[in-house]
Amino acid sequence: MTIKIGFLHSVIRVEEKLLLDELRKRKDVEIVMLDDRKLAFNLGKNGFDVDVIIERSINHSRALHALRLFESIGIKCINRYAVANICGDKLLTSTALMEHKVPQPEVRVAFTEESALQQIEEMGYPVVLKPATGSWGRLISKVNDRESAESLLEHKRILGSYHHSIFYIQKYVEKKGRDIRSFVVGDKCIAAIYRTSEHWITNTARGGKATNCPVTPELAQISLAAAKAVGGGIVAIDLFETDKGLLVNEVNYTMEFRNSIDTTGVNIPEKIVDYVLKVAGEKK
Amino acid sequence: MAECPTCGANITIPEGTETNQIITCPDCGSELEVTGPDAVKPAPQEEEDWGE
Repeated sequence: MTIKIGFLHSVIRVEEKLLLDELRKRKDVEIVMLDDRKLAFNLGKNGFDVDVIIERSINHSRALHALRLFESIGIKCINRYAVANICGDKLLTSTALMEHKVPQPEVRVAFTEESALQQIEEMGYPVVLKPATGSWGRLISKVNDRESAESLLEHKRILGSYHHSIFYIQKYVEKKGRDIRSFVVGDKCIAAIYRTSEHWITNTARGGKATNCPVTPELAQISLAAAKAVGGGIVAIDLFETDKGLLVNEVNYTMEFRNSIDTTGVNIPEKIVDYVLKVAGEKK
Repeated sequence: MAECPTCGANITIPEGTETNQIITCPDCGSELEVTGPDAVKPAPQEEEDWGE
């Protein structure tokens, strides 16, 4: 029996190309391309002839709402709406990690400049101010002193849209030039990389260099716990190494892996497609 | 053969390229989105909610 895979996308990047190539190798798979720029929902009326959807949109807001709408008509999605909702919002991610007792850096949240400044002063410098929604290290700020804090908070309130005034404050973790990105597919931590940079922001999208990181039992355990906390599926976990063990920084639900296949020797698109087909074959 | 909308260069779209795939103009370095067998348009600019 043919499995119809809905491939939710906008632009096709290296990751999407690798996934499409992998899907085309499989028997009895039909790919239905769903470009989010052309997609429309007539609520309660239109359907989509697919068995499962793999979400690869580059826009978080489109992915989030499309997943909710696909699930409303009974289509299985990878990842699920609930996972996208949590991972797309750092505040919700930190809350989920806390509720599941997954170690993370100290996080405080405040809603006004005054209360945010008070929290920062209590935490001690440096701290990192992050927009609750955002990726690739965009608009995250390391705050080293009170003058910088006052200035940044004012800029965020006046120049940013309203959600920039939900102040997400994370204690800065000295990561000695590198952090870890692990990849979880279903119930397995399949691979991990170190991301190394002279800059305190180590995202590979910002020039961080990827090298293989062995998946130790400790790394696998905390990665799987973080994945479970946000609802499971296919996620990439960013972690800090500290003297007290690993801490989860962020969880990503539309993970990029172009720099991690040769680096780790793990065929990540193959693992993802295996998982998607497994989920597609499971009963609803 | 497609024409780069930025610099006008003739671009050969490699075999196996997907519709909506991002390619780079070899002459000017512009990022382009493939829209058909011989057609490209400027790739969309990064938006606030782009990412992982």
